[in-house]
Amino acid sequence: MSEAEELQKLADKEYEFGFVTDVESDSLPPGLDEDTIREIVRRKGEPDWLLEYRLKAFRHWQTMEDPAWAKVNKNVVNYQDLIYYSAPKPKKQLESLDEVDPELLETFEKLGISLEEQKRLSNVAVDAVFDSVSVATTFSDKLAELGIIFCSFSEAVKEHPELVRKYLGSVVPYTDNFYSALNSAVFSDGSFCYIPKGVACPMELSTYFRINAAGTGQFERTLIVADEGSTVSYLEGCTAPMRDENQLHAAVVELVALEEATIKYSTVQNWYPGDADGVGGIYNFVTKRGLCKGDRSKISWTQVETGSAITWKYPSCILQGDDSIGEFYSVALTNNFQQADTGTKMVHLGKRTKSTIISKGISAGKGQNTYRGLVDIKKGAEDARNFSQCDSMLLGDRCGAHTFPYVEVRNPSAKVEHEATTSKIGEDQIFYCNQRGISTEDAVSMIVNGFCKEVFSELPMEFAVEAQKLLAVSLEGSVG
Amino acid sequence: MSAHENEGKMILDVNNLHASVEGSPILKGLNLSVKPGEVHAIMGPNGSGKSTFANVLAGREDYTVDSGSVSYSGLDLLDLDPEERACEGIFLAFQYPVSIPGISNAYFLRSALNAVRRYREESEVDAVDFLQLVREKMKLVGMDEKLLQRSVNDGFSGGEKKRNEILQMAVLDPKLAILDETDSGLDIDALRIVAEGVNALRGGDRAFIVVTHYQRLLDYIVPDHVHVLSEGQIVRSGDKTLAHELEREGYSWLESGHAREKTQEAS
Repeated sequence: MSEAEELQKLADKEYEFGFVTDVESDSLPPGLDEDTIREIVRRKGEPDWLLEYRLKAFRHWQTMEDPAWAKVNKNVVNYQDLIYYSAPKPKKQLESLDEVDPELLETFEKLGISLEEQKRLSNVAVDAVFDSVSVATTFSDKLAELGIIFCSFSEAVKEHPELVRKYLGSVVPYTDNFYSALNSAVFSDGSFCYIPKGVACPMELSTYFRINAAGTGQFERTLIVADEGSTVSYLEGCTAPMRDENQLHAAVVELVALEEATIKYSTVQNWYPGDADGVGGIYNFVTKRGLCKGDRSKISWTQVETGSAITWKYPSCILQGDDSIGEFYSVALTNNFQQADTGTKMVHLGKRTKSTIISKGISAGKGQNTYRGLVDIKKGAEDARNFSQCDSMLLGDRCGAHTFPYVEVRNPSAKVEHEATTSKIGEDQIFYCNQRGISTEDAVSMIVNGFCKEVFSELPMEFAVEAQKLLAVSLEGSVG
Repeated sequence: MSAHENEGKMILDVNNLHASVEGSPILKGLNLSVKPGEVHAIMGPNGSGKSTFANVLAGREDYTVDSGSVSYSGLDLLDLDPEERACEGIFLAFQYPVSIPGISNAYFLRSALNAVRRYREESEVDAVDFLQLVREKMKLVGMDEKLLQRSVNDGFSGGEKKRNEILQMAVLDPKLAILDETDSGLDIDALRIVAEGVNALRGGDRAFIVVTHYQRLLDYIVPDHVHVLSEGQIVRSGDKTLAHELEREGYSWLESGHAREKTQEAS
């Protein structure tokens, strides 16, 4: 079999997590107007200030247009065909995992993320978001002893309205972009996390997202606030069941790091990418941004993106505090007809701010992979530093890699370095492995993992292993 | 005595092999028989097809076999994928060893060893046993242990790369080792170290095909047979003294008729 054929065979491997859980959904009919928003607020029992916030966002959204600047081809999303609220039954408050619908638990187990196992064996607190409403939250009590708040967004609105109100939209205002406006209007649930002053969160905080009800738009909202001198590492991972129609996922994630606080946010994203003919798949249009508000604060994004039909995502850092640090480590893989337009923005405002960007794009099949990044050094950012490295790897000759690094420097003391490489996965590398007895499939997986090493080494251990497996699975049927 | 009559004793039997690269014929009727334990040197001028022969034996994709047969340990070699050939005990020491950034030498070598062992239905070697094995072999080829944790051939010097090839050979324990211009790019000290490694692996039934342009490697790896390849055919065979003769006289005696015309056109 030729290398191209083998690559194709690998790429043709079916999406492993493509199953649908048969849970009765309590959904609103499709469509979006002010009444839809009022109904979401009513069902969720939210306060008036949040209704006002949502309505303002909705009204602003109506004045905006679906952006077309990203280097992706997509179908027009008809926002009136989407369902904006969907909650699995039963909705009553659950005390323990025993009360959780066994079918949900089974789904998690298929994904290898059994809550029970997580809870018992690992040191990870899991806030599982199943469709739009949290069904189980673990370790909250233990975290509460340290004053750490880790709960669903809805719960935070009820229990900690002063914090939510203070920080919601403070990093990503609803006016920011089309999808953040839409999310602000209709977000259903998500996660909230607050680390009090001087506390180092003793465990990785983790949320698994999963799209379930057919045709449901997912509008998750995550807000993490790290108070002065605190540290937290947050893990986000997602898989989604196979679907024929495109599903929109437009999440907003806001991070706030106060003085000397550190937030590490890691994502492994494996939404359904569509089939080998490019039918179906998730549209992942996410706004993620962190604000290094205090001096010497640090925000680090690490992402491994293997899923979605279209990924449109730029986890960014606003380096406001002096000596604050922003980091972005990314692996994005596109196979078949997947498209990814991803990168970061590093906005340097404070003095001696530093940012590092390491981006690894892998394209296989007919996948298109774009890095789009902005390093923006503002006038007051004395002695700012940036280092960017954007590497692309091509598997086969029908895919594409594109790099758009924008740099704006308004302070002459800045030092900005940019390196970029593009390589084809070498036939000579594969042959070298073959000649040592290693199969082509294993060789490709090995070479790609080597290519991504600098990013994987930033991931927490368990996640790094998962990410490597995911990469191998995603490449199966893509490369020889 | 034809090669066929001896097939039972042969580890490798190449019969009237024709092969081409991108449509140009390179090998034009090559015959070669190798018995277990023998060391054969293939010499010849640039462009005579030496490297092509080495790569065809290893099964490289860009090299097309047009006709002829290759029997290896009773198997139809041309029927096997490159990784199957490797698992059956064919090892090619590359002229230009390939680097694999981000993958440690140790991980690569253990993956290779276990792939071969799985093929042979042997149990896989765990990290501890592997380390013990590889340390022993590193001594054999005079290699610094630090190189185990470095990425495969990434940033290695010419000598380190070639020594790494011999280390891989030592660990994978092949039946037929093919050295493709292993002397190229080596100074005399590095050459000697590499050759000592090879010599340490000689013995028993392991056969070697040593492809080289120059005689100097054969001062250290003394062959049982020397063949001269010219225009895709073996035109002369002899014992180790043939290599010395070539050293004295060069390859100019090959340039007759067609070959000379081509040289003139090129200049």
